Amino acid sequence: MLHLLDYPFDSQTIMKKRRGLKRELLSFGGNFLDKKVAILGGSTTKDITEILELFLLKNNIKPAFYESEFGQYWEDAIFDNPILEEFSPDLFYIHTSNRNLQHYPSPSSSKKEIDQSLSNEFTRYEKMWDSLRKKYGCLVIQNNFELPFFRILGNLDSVDFRGRTNYILKLNSMFATYAENNADLIINDINYLSASFGLQKWSAPQDWYLYKYSLAISAIPFLSFSVANLIKAVYGKNKKALILDLDNTLWEGVIGDDGPEGIEIGEETSLGQAYREFQSYIKMHKDIGILLAINSKNDLENAVSGLTHPDGLLRPEDFQVIKANWNNKDANIREIAQELNLGADSFVFVDDNIVERDIVKKGTQGVAVPEIVTVESYITTIDKAGYFEIIELSKEDIVRNQMYKVNVERKTAQKEFFDYTEYLLSLEMIADIKTFESIYVSRIAQLTNKTNQFNLTTKRFSQSEIELIMADDLTIKISGRLRDKFGDNGVTSLVIGTIEDTIMNIELWLMSCRVLKRNMEFAMMDALVEEALEKGIKTIKGYYIKTAKNQMVKEFYGSMGFKLIGQEGENTIWQLELEAYQSLNKVIQVNV
Amino acid sequence: MQREEILKQVTDIFRDTFDDQELIVGDKTNAIDIPEWDSLIQIELICAHEAHFGFKFGMREILGMKNVGEMIDIIQDRVNL
Repeated sequence: MLHLLDYPFDSQTIMKKRRGLKRELLSFGGNFLDKKVAILGGSTTKDITEILELFLLKNNIKPAFYESEFGQYWEDAIFDNPILEEFSPDLFYIHTSNRNLQHYPSPSSSKKEIDQSLSNEFTRYEKMWDSLRKKYGCLVIQNNFELPFFRILGNLDSVDFRGRTNYILKLNSMFATYAENNADLIINDINYLSASFGLQKWSAPQDWYLYKYSLAISAIPFLSFSVANLIKAVYGKNKKALILDLDNTLWEGVIGDDGPEGIEIGEETSLGQAYREFQSYIKMHKDIGILLAINSKNDLENAVSGLTHPDGLLRPEDFQVIKANWNNKDANIREIAQELNLGADSFVFVDDNIVERDIVKKGTQGVAVPEIVTVESYITTIDKAGYFEIIELSKEDIVRNQMYKVNVERKTAQKEFFDYTEYLLSLEMIADIKTFESIYVSRIAQLTNKTNQFNLTTKRFSQSEIELIMADDLTIKISGRLRDKFGDNGVTSLVIGTIEDTIMNIELWLMSCRVLKRNMEFAMMDALVEEALEKGIKTIKGYYIKTAKNQMVKEFYGSMGFKLIGQEGENTIWQLELEAYQSLNKVIQVNV
Repeated sequence: MQREEILKQVTDIFRDTFDDQELIVGDKTNAIDIPEWDSLIQIELICAHEAHFGFKFGMREILGMKNVGEMIDIIQDRVNL
């Protein structure tokens, strides 16, 4: 149920399930940081506080709250308050809004009057902040002001000094200047929040008239989320690094198969532009001191070839660590954590592949894994989650501190603490392994032409050549289609063997990178052997023909139980006697 | 939707909101009957019903409802539209 609190969230569901969520969050019994938060409201704060509590608990902060009596924010700050003093807050959140403005301008006001009003309005807050500083000396989170939900002056409302919009924009600017000069005041930018949410929806006057909420009740989770993000930043719980996949995350396409010429990145195509802007967005995080790392299932040289694409923006040197290998991604993350000397809970893992995201979620602790869907929404999904809520930006700190910060827990290398076989079983994989069918001829030919990495002989076939093979009785030709609980990967593996007496020679064995490390090759092997035995075959010979791209399958036949029987340069020949063959696949349900 | 069915769903919402699965709710039920029912939890109740039945009450309706029965009258009207 806790996923309900991940951005993007459903307001109504969170509001409805708040008590259950709180119970679940508290049941973790983990080490919470206890903090006392004083909420001074200029309007109703009850639901805001309750939902804020959920988001704080999710960040391992256990709050105790003080809430001012209705609307008494100013009084609580200015006058002596024994209850508040005894509460002794760690920080304040001042929840005010444009409903609390006292001196709105009107079209008939003079410039002098309005300047005076602005000054009075601002001074009121300044006095409040000074008083809080003197009495309590702790951090204050302060809302700025949202824009009005009507404009008497229409478009002039923001331009003319007599407009309410103009007034609020000036006031917000004064708040910003104050915050810039005072490190103990942090602005919660509800001007931006309300715009992002939709000012019309946010303003919901009926919720003010009925309940004295200064914003739509449905907007409350977004407000509370923002405040929680700031508080978590204050207590050092910001994420510190972005760990990124490559294929279809930083470019469109699979670099190992498509090569740098085949992936889309750059101004030439629409998708290329989308990925380029995403690369630009990611690269900007370096400027705020966030570390970048790569976690990709690719050979290192392929990974680098993608990152040196002339039209891309991210370069290999932008990354602290590049893990480009065929290991499980959660294991890679544990290694990255060690190498960067950071806890895994400092990471945000960005991968378009739902299965990889799942493995990382299950195999690591505390890694944030945004559910990115399509490239056009990568930026907003990551941005709105507020992982890197920077509350202070200083030049000196950025580069050096972020690189060598010691203020982190050192985690010792964890063994794979979850069972990978059990994990594969939980994927509920189903493979349809059959002899080549006419409906797949085009796909089969396509696969032989574009699969380069997991490809033992890299033999290319045209559609008509495939059809010839299908008609030839002295061949065994099987295709494998893999589905799992997340979806259907389609036809992703092919094996073609030619028969000579009681020997079968494997002419082709390939598999799409999409389904690596799922034991699909075991399932294909079992099916191949079964059909071979039916045809009276006693021996299978496998051939590895080395290319620039298929390094990963150099020892494949060895891992399938074949014996090395010959070598020609870097090409190898392997042999398997079928007599003693024992099935390998234990995790995929196979339909033949 | 039949009135009975609406009352059943309303009861579920009340039970979730007050975190009391034994709560009994009828046409005459109002704030006096449930000690925890104050103006603040009322907001939660209204919102939960709006979310569940998929419509928003008008201000006058909210201000005018005297008991659960009157709320169900409105719901019945709106979901049968």
